[in-house]
Amino acid sequence: MASSIPASVPADAAPLAAPSGGRVARRTRRLALAGGAFVAALLLVAAAAPWLAPHDPIRQSLRARLAAPTLEGADGRAHPLGTDHLGRDVLSRTIYGARVSLIVGFAAVVVGGLVGATLGIMAGYRRGWVDTTIMTVADAQLAFPFILLAIGIIAVLGPSFPTLVLVIGLSGWPGYARVLRSQVLVLRSREFVDAIHALGGTVVRIVARHILPNVLSSVVVIGTLELARSIVLEATLSFLGLGIQPPTPSWGGMVQEGREYLDSAWWIATFPGLVLMLTSVAVSRTGDWLRDLLDPTLRGE
Amino acid sequence: MRAVVAFLAARLARALVAVWLVSTVVFVVMRLSGDPVPLLLPPDAPRSEYARVAKELGTDRPLPVQYGVFLGNALRGDFGRSIHFRQPAAAVVFGYLPATAELGLTAFALALVIAIPIGILSAVRRNSLIDQLTMAVALVGQSAPTFFVGILLILVLSLKAGWLPTSGRGGWAHLVLPALTLGAFAMASIARLTRSALLEVLRADYVRTARAKGLRERVVVIKHALRNAAIPIVTITALQFGTLLGGAVVTETVFAWPGIGRLAIQSIYNRDYPVVQCVVFLSALLFIVINLTVELIYGVLDPRIRPR
Repeated sequence: MASSIPASVPADAAPLAAPSGGRVARRTRRLALAGGAFVAALLLVAAAAPWLAPHDPIRQSLRARLAAPTLEGADGRAHPLGTDHLGRDVLSRTIYGARVSLIVGFAAVVVGGLVGATLGIMAGYRRGWVDTTIMTVADAQLAFPFILLAIGIIAVLGPSFPTLVLVIGLSGWPGYARVLRSQVLVLRSREFVDAIHALGGTVVRIVARHILPNVLSSVVVIGTLELARSIVLEATLSFLGLGIQPPTPSWGGMVQEGREYLDSAWWIATFPGLVLMLTSVAVSRTGDWLRDLLDPTLRGE
Repeated sequence: MRAVVAFLAARLARALVAVWLVSTVVFVVMRLSGDPVPLLLPPDAPRSEYARVAKELGTDRPLPVQYGVFLGNALRGDFGRSIHFRQPAAAVVFGYLPATAELGLTAFALALVIAIPIGILSAVRRNSLIDQLTMAVALVGQSAPTFFVGILLILVLSLKAGWLPTSGRGGWAHLVLPALTLGAFAMASIARLTRSALLEVLRADYVRTARAKGLRERVVVIKHALRNAAIPIVTITALQFGTLLGGAVVTETVFAWPGIGRLAIQSIYNRDYPVVQCVVFLSALLFIVINLTVELIYGVLDPRIRPR
């Protein structure tokens, strides 16, 4: 259902052995470094939001409504990215919005990763009906636009932070499950597994000590790509009014609020949207690079 | 031939299980979302009136019974009456379907027509300025949130430049922005994949042979390389078509496009679950039919991977 939400990003051209290959690889690395640096900076900004934001992100100011980006607003203060329809500072709101995006994104990745990895390893290790059941459910979930299910669930449970994390997290589990299942299928048939069994090793021990370390790099790679998808899905749900509720600033919600004023006050929707887009690009670039580095076999998954 | 039939039968069985699972989950979620009856009645309606409407909708019966009725009817293509529109849900959904089909097909056609030539050009002129530029744009296009792509397009092309209308359905001008928005992700993916598939093939021995024979580069690329690069391109392209359905939900909301995606969202808010169930059922079915078709095309394109 990748839909609006990028599914795991399809493969780029394989690194070529051609003379220019080194240059391409260097460029990819530089791009990934830039992406990683961006994400690190964003994390810092989110953590330090109270000190960095020039204004209170939810304080309204009727005198300073819909001010264009300015260093000297009607209230005598700087609004480098303008103010919204309630006179709130767009820069401060964008800075605080990073918190929502990152917290929901990371939490969702943890939820999806735990569920997906557990089910994937179970399917690959136990095979048989366990495998069939898990993979049928995964296929079913991938078979239709998840956003509809997400909207339905949120409409039932009401939009809240835990609901959002759960829904976004669960939207991603088939990605992990499918990849880990096929890796575990291969690992399981290797001789060392039989050897440990013969020596009396328990299944739990085999999985924890020998299977898990072998698939960990895949989990990290998928997790990074999932982070980009989760952040975008959170923003999309917030845009539809189903994510983090106002007045808490979130990028998707800000774009939604700014949409009505697009003609007269373009900055309200544009700046948070651009930051969201940059974040998504930066995180998925980092994921692509990690994939090439740690686990090139995941290309095209 | 018998192997092909068995293979397809197995796939079909799995697909049907998937449709059943999806509809069951949606049934449960929608029934949990609250009682639709009060939405239909004035706040001061008497209890007898409430009971009459509940009976009419069937919501007075126990959940397992409702589920049985739902499954039985769904198999016959009957999703019940829309609570909001007061006509059969299937009829409502089919009324909105042409708008989505128009948008989806245009988006898809646009994506193909733009992405494949770009992918070919990028592969042939690898590492040229145009390659680097288009692939950078494609990377961004693949990660950009659909709703923001739509907002940006509205801002730049309709509000600032004044070339195209901001929303609604009408002539072809109304179609351009929603189709670009919906097609953006597919376009980016197809362009990148065409490039990498073609690059892969251009290194093959038979391409070198074709060049050595003195064939013109155009013939080598189009007749020899592109044909062999077709399989991954067709796969990703067809799968992208499936994901367009999900994107339609967001795109239709941004552009107030009267299709089934927007209908689904509104119906969720209206607790009009017959309509929601019908849309979900239809999307799942479409997605699965598309995937099965891809596998069939696969076999036609590459005899080696036909199931034996």
